[in-house]
Amino acid sequence: MEKFLEYLPLVLSGTWITISVSVLSLFIAVVLGLLGAFGKLWGNPATKRICTIYTTLIRGVPDLLLILLIFYGGQIGINYITEFFEIDYINISPFISGVLTIGFIYGAYMVETFRGAILAIEQGQLEAGHSFGMTNLTLFRRITFPLMVKHAIASFMNNWLVLIKSTALISIVGLEDVVRKSNMAGQITKQPFTFLLTAAMIYIVITSLSLWVIRSLEKKYQVIE
Amino acid sequence: MNFSIVIDNIPLLLDGLWVTLHLISLSLVLGFMLALPLALIRHFKVPVANQLIWGFTYFFRSTPLILQIYLIYYGTGQFSWIRDSWMWVILEKAYLCGLIAFTLNTAAYTTEIFRNALDTMRKNEIEAAIAFGMSTWKAYTRIVIPNSLRRSIPPYSNEVIFLLHSSSIASAITITELTGAARYLYSKYYDPFTPFLAVSLVYLVIVFLLTYIFKLLERRFLSYLSINHESTKKLGDFGNP
Repeated sequence: MEKFLEYLPLVLSGTWITISVSVLSLFIAVVLGLLGAFGKLWGNPATKRICTIYTTLIRGVPDLLLILLIFYGGQIGINYITEFFEIDYINISPFISGVLTIGFIYGAYMVETFRGAILAIEQGQLEAGHSFGMTNLTLFRRITFPLMVKHAIASFMNNWLVLIKSTALISIVGLEDVVRKSNMAGQITKQPFTFLLTAAMIYIVITSLSLWVIRSLEKKYQVIE
Repeated sequence: MNFSIVIDNIPLLLDGLWVTLHLISLSLVLGFMLALPLALIRHFKVPVANQLIWGFTYFFRSTPLILQIYLIYYGTGQFSWIRDSWMWVILEKAYLCGLIAFTLNTAAYTTEIFRNALDTMRKNEIEAAIAFGMSTWKAYTRIVIPNSLRRSIPPYSNEVIFLLHSSSIASAITITELTGAARYLYSKYYDPFTPFLAVSLVYLVIVFLLTYIFKLLERRFLSYLSINHESTKKLGDFGNP
């Protein structure tokens, strides 16, 4: 018990890393998701093809493999650049490459989320907006976007729940997140089960809080019908 | 890209592919066999058992798989009563720990998929079965369970692909499956691109094959639910004047 309390702050500091990586990669995923969805729906044929290749390839390959590829491959790519411009060696950190990779992967899932949500909007709503003399921009801002948000919530939050769990994989390339820290604490104290279970409990708390937010958001957006 | 790395190590990669394939097929079969009774218990809301199974699925669905694998492989070593018992023969082997973790993980997700299908069974089909004089047992084994399993195919196909992707995590506890083989080649040649891209391609091919198989299964078992089907066409005409 004493040892548990001694190493608990270590696990909690890992929790903070897990949360910041998750939130930052969610931000990147949303930006990529919106761009991809717009590209797939309203882009020219070339843009559409690029977006389709992006979503198909990324969703077909395991997250861990992409993490390994971008972490190790990205380092070699950066080495080429630094050698070419004769600048100092830059070490790519698991944090930055993790955020970029997870954001890039879940961007592909978000494309489908937003695309599906836009397609779910009733045509009548858009026609009504047009007949009110709204410009395309106003129509998007006042009608398409709010309705898209409503239709996207369920799938968006599902992606978020999978995303937080995926960040645990970056611990394999050295991110000091809650999984790595609890594993370390478990090895030092020879109580791996206690610390790994603590990490599991932390994930359960994060998931439960997220589920609670989903339910209240869904209730709120149910009003727009 | 240096293709000779792949060509020189074909046997290693094939071994990895083999480990991946039988690891996921075994855990899918075992997970399915666990999930069906668990989903029925959840569906009938059997007191105590229902709450316990809810706890089991909630735990396995809200924590990362890598933690579950670590808990089973590293975690169980903390207790001397486990280390001194027959269980240790199983729990000291990485492959079996991975198999246990994958089985429990997929069982948790599959239980909830089946339970959802059972709960959303259309009432009039059960009423029709009872009107035919079927007992509850007969109505379930002949109508409700087969129909629910059919309607579970689309979410279940997602779960299968999800498990295929998750199987790469087995490489974290020294199991040399497909990703493990690629990681070994990376450390041997210090070339991340060739092995990781080659293995990505293999995963893509498996995903496309699985998607194709599940499309065929859907066409075979779910065609009666599709809008274009003969039997529903007339209904649709009446529905949309």
